Amino acid sequence: MKELVIISGKGGTGKTSITASLAALAQNMVMVDCDVDAADMHLILKPEIEIKNDFYGGKSAAINQESCIKCGKCKDICKFDAVTNDFIIDGVKCEGCGVCYHFCPVNAIKFEEKLSGEWYESNTRFGKLVHAKLGVAEENSGKLVTKIRNHARLVAHKNNCNLIIVDGSPGIGCPVIASISGASLVLIVTEPTLSGIHDAERVFELTKHFKIQACICINKYDINLELTKKIEIFCTENKIELIGKIPYSKDFTNAQIKELTLIEYSDGEVSKEIKNIWNKLENKLKERENAL
Amino acid sequence: MRIAIASGKGGTGKSTVSTNFAYLLSEIYDDVAIIDCDVEEPNCHIFLKPVVEKTETSYLSVPEINRGLCNGCGKCTDICQFNSLALVKNKVIVFPELCHSCGGCWLICPVNAIFQGKREIGIIEKGISEKLHFIQGKLRIGEAMSPPLIKAAKKEGLQHNIQILDCPPGTSCPVIMAVNDADYIVMVTEPTPFGLYDLKLAVDVMKELNKDFGIVINRSGENDFLIEDYAKTENIPVLTRINDDRRIAECYSKGELAVKELPEYKEAFKPLIDVVRRLNK
Repeated sequence: MKELVIISGKGGTGKTSITASLAALAQNMVMVDCDVDAADMHLILKPEIEIKNDFYGGKSAAINQESCIKCGKCKDICKFDAVTNDFIIDGVKCEGCGVCYHFCPVNAIKFEEKLSGEWYESNTRFGKLVHAKLGVAEENSGKLVTKIRNHARLVAHKNNCNLIIVDGSPGIGCPVIASISGASLVLIVTEPTLSGIHDAERVFELTKHFKIQACICINKYDINLELTKKIEIFCTENKIELIGKIPYSKDFTNAQIKELTLIEYSDGEVSKEIKNIWNKLENKLKERENAL
Repeated sequence: MRIAIASGKGGTGKSTVSTNFAYLLSEIYDDVAIIDCDVEEPNCHIFLKPVVEKTETSYLSVPEINRGLCNGCGKCTDICQFNSLALVKNKVIVFPELCHSCGGCWLICPVNAIFQGKREIGIIEKGISEKLHFIQGKLRIGEAMSPPLIKAAKKEGLQHNIQILDCPPGTSCPVIMAVNDADYIVMVTEPTPFGLYDLKLAVDVMKELNKDFGIVINRSGENDFLIEDYAKTENIPVLTRINDDRRIAECYSKGELAVKELPEYKEAFKPLIDVVRRLNK
């Protein structure tokens, strides 16, 4: 089983549009949208939900006002300032550690599993998609990411697919770490802006930290050729393969509006370059498989 | 006063709005600070080029076991909700990277065998860019938990009169930590289907938190109706629009402040300055 994960560090570099397009080109694969708190891939893939599951991300505390003696113990020991002056637990601030529940002298605190989202197994025109929706103001997105990645492996196994394509989330924190751990290959999508480079460097450090092989593609490469050059130098210096350069194009927005991947929307320059990128990725994934 | 600049989707122009807005405010008001709460990928420094005066490492308390005292009772492993402690053959093993620093284990240990060690989560940098105070958190690479560092960065900003917070993207815990005590939230979006969908998710969060907020349409153009129709239905004010202008994108790519290079864009930020005036009353 091979897992290709697409991340970017910085948001808005075109990661999701590119991921959906790679999925359109790949055969026999399962897709996962790990950007669980702002998932967009379904807007292009139009999934038909087949299985729907509840996600319990962890527990949450609540004070029973009738038995509470307002001693203040919970407020003193809560490290997350979640207990208000009126001894109500602010569900948004509650970390779910249960310390208040354990130390309440009159057992006035409930500590129960809470529903924090939903996840789905769906059918799309390119194959199976495993995706999720985190509840409003919920936490534990890392746990949800791990959940849907694990499920995608099962689905892939059941359907005799040997590839999983994962759309990651921006940043370098908990959901990103959960998205890339154990990946066969990471594709970093960047853009020639100082912010894009800064963020790509940090996300590349993250892949090094977890010893995962990465390659880079530059989107909108022609908006600043000088900085594109800088990314190329960075790639050479760090021995990271630059796998493609996609020109700036309104196709990205237009394809989104039409609910199509870039491949389906047009066979112009963008589409051609993504096909090149896919060919290279496919070879790299084969190399990885043979090496293992 | 604390104003947070947020957006569901990444790359919609949060940092562009934060830096230009904070810079313009610092020209009008005393003691304005920008706090970069996007600690996973902080970018405001690229545009503001601050002189960093102080750097502090930020830590989280994590358990360490005094083997001589530990009797292997397992109470600490029972209370830990984050699998940060495990009991293997009557010996407690700590996984410090999973610890949320709730303090449960050292409170419950009956023989005081747990002492507080620390895990580095990142750094806080403080400095100044012309008249604007600058604070940023920078998450250590490999660290999963950003909210404690966001909290630390916000704390550094407390002393300043006007605080502009550049928030992380998304709708989960890091964003909530950044916006939870803001007086007003500016939501930056772009007129694309992804921009609209993620804006809706972010609006749900702000409503859940009972926040007062308005929308900025960045890269404004022919598809603005996508956002405008939604804003109208939901009765959310569209505060201002920033054109889809290649020159702004060029400023951004080079790390320049748009309002300095293209002064005609100062006008677009006026409605945001009016928000400050209104809140100041």
